[in-house]
Amino acid sequence: MAATTMAQALNRALRDSMTADERVLVFGEDVGQLGGVFRITDGLTRDFGEDRCFDTPLAEAGIVGFALGMAMGGFKPVVEMQFDAFAYPAFEQITSHVAKMRNRTRGHLTVPMVIRVPYAGGIGGVEHHCDSSEAYYVHTPGLKVVTPATVNDAYTLLREAIDDPDPVIFMEPKKLYWSKEDIELRHIDEPLGHAAVRRHGKDATLIAYGPSVPVALQAAEAAAEEGVDLEVIDLRSLVPFDDDTVMRSVRRTGRCVVVQEASGFAGFGAEIVARIQERCFHSLAAPVIRVAGFDIPYPPPMLEHSHLPSVDRVLDAVDRLQFTDEPDHRYLTGAHS
Amino acid sequence: MSDHIATDLLPSATPVRYLAEDGTTVDGPAGYPRPSTEELREAHRRMVVGRRFDAQATALTKQGRLAVYPSSHGQEACQIAAAMVLREDDWLFPTYRDTMAMVTRGLDPVEALGLLRGDAHCGYDPNATRTAPQCTPLSTQTLHATGLAYALRRKGTDSAVLALIGDGATSEGDFHEALNFAAVFEAPVVFLVQNNGFAISVPLEKQTKAPSLAYKGVGYGVRSEQVDGNDPVAMLAVLHKAFEHARAGAPFLVEAHTYRIEAHTNADDATRYRNSDEVDRWLDADPLARLEKHLRTLGALTDEDVAAAQADGERLAADLRSRMNADPHLDPMTLFDHVYARPTTQLVEQRDLLATELKAQEG
Ligand SMILES: Cc1ncc(C[n+]2csc(CCOP(=O)(O)OP(=O)(O)O)c2C)c(N)n1
Ligand SMILES: [Mg+2]
Repeated sequence: MAATTMAQALNRALRDSMTADERVLVFGEDVGQLGGVFRITDGLTRDFGEDRCFDTPLAEAGIVGFALGMAMGGFKPVVEMQFDAFAYPAFEQITSHVAKMRNRTRGHLTVPMVIRVPYAGGIGGVEHHCDSSEAYYVHTPGLKVVTPATVNDAYTLLREAIDDPDPVIFMEPKKLYWSKEDIELRHIDEPLGHAAVRRHGKDATLIAYGPSVPVALQAAEAAAEEGVDLEVIDLRSLVPFDDDTVMRSVRRTGRCVVVQEASGFAGFGAEIVARIQERCFHSLAAPVIRVAGFDIPYPPPMLEHSHLPSVDRVLDAVDRLQFTDEPDHRYLTGAHS
Repeated sequence: MSDHIATDLLPSATPVRYLAEDGTTVDGPAGYPRPSTEELREAHRRMVVGRRFDAQATALTKQGRLAVYPSSHGQEACQIAAAMVLREDDWLFPTYRDTMAMVTRGLDPVEALGLLRGDAHCGYDPNATRTAPQCTPLSTQTLHATGLAYALRRKGTDSAVLALIGDGATSEGDFHEALNFAAVFEAPVVFLVQNNGFAISVPLEKQTKAPSLAYKGVGYGVRSEQVDGNDPVAMLAVLHKAFEHARAGAPFLVEAHTYRIEAHTNADDATRYRNSDEVDRWLDADPLARLEKHLRTLGALTDEDVAAAQADGERLAADLRSRMNADPHLDPMTLFDHVYARPTTQLVEQRDLLATELKAQEG
């Protein structure tokens, strides 16, 4: 069996969805002849024709607003935003219209569509090409937000996103585009909203999504060598959020670290931690700790390694989970003065 | 390069006009199909009813029955022509100011006022009425109109779409992206800019240096025209032509020069930024009086016709009054409906919370 990359899995998902449903259209900037700057739409125009996969003018609000109109007209647009930060011009269309159309019209007008957003860093990209923008979308009721971390999930989640009756922000971790797995891509028919336990463990739970999942898994392997048995949850779907899988794990382990690449302040990880303490307080043996990007604009590429949550930073956080009776000195009054 | 000659796209040097302010006919440009007398009689009746509707809605704000109402008094020729040129299978994308056009199109007035009454974001079924929800984020709807127009063409229909927009909103980026997309994708869409002189308090001269808002189409390859928006004959003539053009796969931009007689909404105080002389000048250019004079000169309108139209308006106003005077029945539990196709577990939890709260209040 040949190894498949995440990029190829996404391409296959688009192909299979386009074959299965002729209402599915792919459009955006450079997605036609070129196949997208990351080649996710490679060959779609050639194989399905320009009616099914086409280039648009360079205007992100235009792409999303136009897609919404097409969805009103019965098509299922899958649009590509070229990079995370270049989706911001479309923010008004996404938050004021795409997210709200079903609700505003009391279910009469629905706009199932997928907005693909390559996101996050770790690829040596210059500024505006490495943002982790998920918090903006998860904060907007009406949107679903999913992000794959494995090759097969890239395939399955994108197929599900396209089939979904609601608009989906599909966030693709750029640094994993070239990750490979020796697998036969399988479509698992399961609605969005389920987290996956990637590694079972009993001492603490690591919660991660998208680009942070491989970091969490590596940390768990390293911890295992020191005799600490970590469970790793890959959220996959940020909205809907799988409280059940998360809480069951944390209640069992009693300890938890949340890992995200985005800046920590008011980020999605904060939501996860809040939910855990509301629901699992009496099962917790230690405060839940976040490992996140610093609260700085994404740094220049030669400095990004200092910014990104690393395996060591995750392991340090695990060390602070009060496995001994020592309190966490970092947060004691006066510790910073 | 396109083989268009730019002059094909350019608007007339002055607004297209067939009726002078005193109702006498003037020589307007050839090339626009002149509406029949029968159509003009119908336009007259609808303008009388539309104006009565508008006055009633304004009155309802004073009684606290509407949260807010942006009047289109003075813009009746635009509102009525917009509704009249649409076929049943065409789509309308209105703004907050276009309730009169929606009611003229046949929407139930109470349903049409849902947004402004405040009992719903959109009180009607957009699919059944082929009318998109009234849009408040300025100019964003022009893109939806364009996308839907393209979808309609892709499905092999000859339906077309009318997007309404104000003068101020032409400064927003989405309008420009919509013109560009419409041209590139040959979308059957007509953009009608009602230039009523103001964006709330800001006059047009602070909004743009373009000689006419209709010039904004040319740069995108969209054929454009400017028209006297208080001349119902010109409005119908130009919009009919625009739709013919759009149905053939080429979008069209129309700027209608008109005037907002009332304040921006009932909550606005227009005396802070304009004087009443200006309003009086525009009252002299009233579109309804103009059409009435014209039809009477033609011998196509009698006192009985006018009285019958006014009676239609009174009937609509009385029905609207009585139905709006009843408090709408609203169930807070519907807050959680239609956020997603199926509620998330989080929404189910929150719904249960509210149900408990409501039960406690009852008990
Ligand atoms: C994106 C956006 N910015 C600001 C507003 C607030 N606002 C509502 S109406 C309006 C003026 C619009 O003027 P115009 O486009 O000329 O339409 P008119 O109200 O005159 O019909 C403004 C600024 C808004 N609704 N949307
Ligand atoms: Mg205006």
